[in-house]
Amino acid sequence: MANITADKEKTAAAGFNRPLRLTVTEDLRGFIAVKVGHSLLFLTTFVSVVAVFLIFFFVIKEAIPFLFKGGLSEFWARMSEFSTSLNWYPHNEEHPEFGALTIFVASLYVTVCSLLIAVPVGLLAAIFLSDIAPFGLRQVCKPVIEILAAIPSVAYGVFAVMVVAPWMQNKLGFSTGTNVLNASLILSLMALPTIISVAEDALSAIGREIREASYGLGATRAETMIKVVLPAAHSGIIAAVILGMMRAIGETMVVWMASGQSAQIPSPWWDLSQSVRTMTGTIAQEMGEVAKDTDPYYVLFAIGVVLLIFTFILNMISEFFMSRFKKTVRGH
Amino acid sequence: MKYLKTMVFVSAVLLAATGAMAEKLVIDGSTTVGPIGDAFAEAFKDKCDVTVSKTGSGDGAKSLVAGSCDIAMMSRFMKDKEFKTAVDKGIMPVAHVVAMDGVCSIVHPSNPVKSLTTAQIKDIYKGKITNWKQVGGADMPIVVISRDTSSGTYETFHGLVMKKEKMASHVEYVSSNPQSHARVKSTKGAIAYVGLGFVDREVRALKVDGVAPSRSTIAKGIYPVSRPLYLFTAGYPKLGSPAHLFCTFHLSEEGQEIVEAKGFVPVTDY
Repeated sequence: MANITADKEKTAAAGFNRPLRLTVTEDLRGFIAVKVGHSLLFLTTFVSVVAVFLIFFFVIKEAIPFLFKGGLSEFWARMSEFSTSLNWYPHNEEHPEFGALTIFVASLYVTVCSLLIAVPVGLLAAIFLSDIAPFGLRQVCKPVIEILAAIPSVAYGVFAVMVVAPWMQNKLGFSTGTNVLNASLILSLMALPTIISVAEDALSAIGREIREASYGLGATRAETMIKVVLPAAHSGIIAAVILGMMRAIGETMVVWMASGQSAQIPSPWWDLSQSVRTMTGTIAQEMGEVAKDTDPYYVLFAIGVVLLIFTFILNMISEFFMSRFKKTVRGH
Repeated sequence: MKYLKTMVFVSAVLLAATGAMAEKLVIDGSTTVGPIGDAFAEAFKDKCDVTVSKTGSGDGAKSLVAGSCDIAMMSRFMKDKEFKTAVDKGIMPVAHVVAMDGVCSIVHPSNPVKSLTTAQIKDIYKGKITNWKQVGGADMPIVVISRDTSSGTYETFHGLVMKKEKMASHVEYVSSNPQSHARVKSTKGAIAYVGLGFVDREVRALKVDGVAPSRSTIAKGIYPVSRPLYLFTAGYPKLGSPAHLFCTFHLSEEGQEIVEAKGFVPVTDY
């Protein structure tokens, strides 16, 4: 027995005929290979990080001529017009007006309305999928829901204009079919897959033992769900909602086609059958034809900056809740 | 001596060849005329090198005067001031009318309103008239649809109907002629405006000030919302030069077809 192992060691040692001490060139070559490999990997990773900074840089760079033109008083006048005026006439030759308030409010309208639809539906679906649906059904439902996320947004847009808009005009009696409600409905459909899959992950991550402890104390399934699992998974659910919100606020094609593009705030405020124009829709519609290096061009980038800030903040919040959720699951 | 002659001949041929190759045509100007310019350039691409940029009529006039373009596309005639600066610089601008542009107001075929005046259309887009019954139609709110403010069709409509006044905030904006058409086709109370090429049986073009839009009324300029589209050159171009061929291309059968295909009314009738 001992013999055999010794033999093996011998043959292994015989096979290994490289000298243990490296020559200077070999040493150097190895050193360089390691450094080059590391830096290559670092660079490829860094590309996406750089992309984010470049996007910020260029959008802000193009917005600066609009924001900081002339002296301080002119700057304040412009900022207050941009953020409080309701008149959006950037292409008027004599008196261009750059009041973007209607545009910000419209983005808010569409986002909030779509969340009002998508959050309850998405949450209930996530609860059903994680706790109630039989295994087989769940295996079918999840991939189908994920297909929703894979449908290109222009397809949703065509559906909104060709199917939903005439339906709203004919069946609901709205005078125009491209309006807040139409855009919100379609957006909520698009936000659903995100909300469902993230919320479902959050609910499933709450361990079996917690549920069983609750049953052991005599709680029903409904009580367990509402009073134990949902509170435990709340940070994951909030993250799901915010991710859905980002999807809704950043979506362009659908709101461009389905919201009607009127620069107005619905009045009365609850009338969702009026058309509005969101930040993304404005940028998409006007960027194509606007003359470069003019005020109407720069103001679009100023709107882009506001949009970036919105999504950046939302992203930060969702990161915060995601990391908190990971901590709860790990049991801290 | 013979050797020298050959040399001279060869270099002359070479010069001529490079000269022909380098014949460049720079075109700048209106976004409305732009599609015609692009399509003509496409037809010319074997003969010479054409670059078309679309910056607006005013910029086109400016660069013609500055000498940075050979042909300026303009959706309006040169203003007095522009003409004067050109003449002061020793440039005589010459206008070539390539096509007529007519913008038709369209409504749903079921709408009983058949005719409006320019003033009524203006009031509709200004938000003073909001219901069809105010202009003799059914009791139905008007859904006002406009093209996006950077398009050439908007520019025409804004100048000729709106007299450069601002539209009301409830006006909806779509980004192409087919989209305007689709919205009117599916919306009973809608009004929109499109180029003549987009009027068909699914929508109805309104008479404006009593004149129905058609090729002949637009070509003759009787239809109120029509205007000529121009190419401007510095002096009449040298006969046979690329600029000359380009500015007369719309008079050929091929040119007429292109003008029609882009939704404009040609000045010729083959």
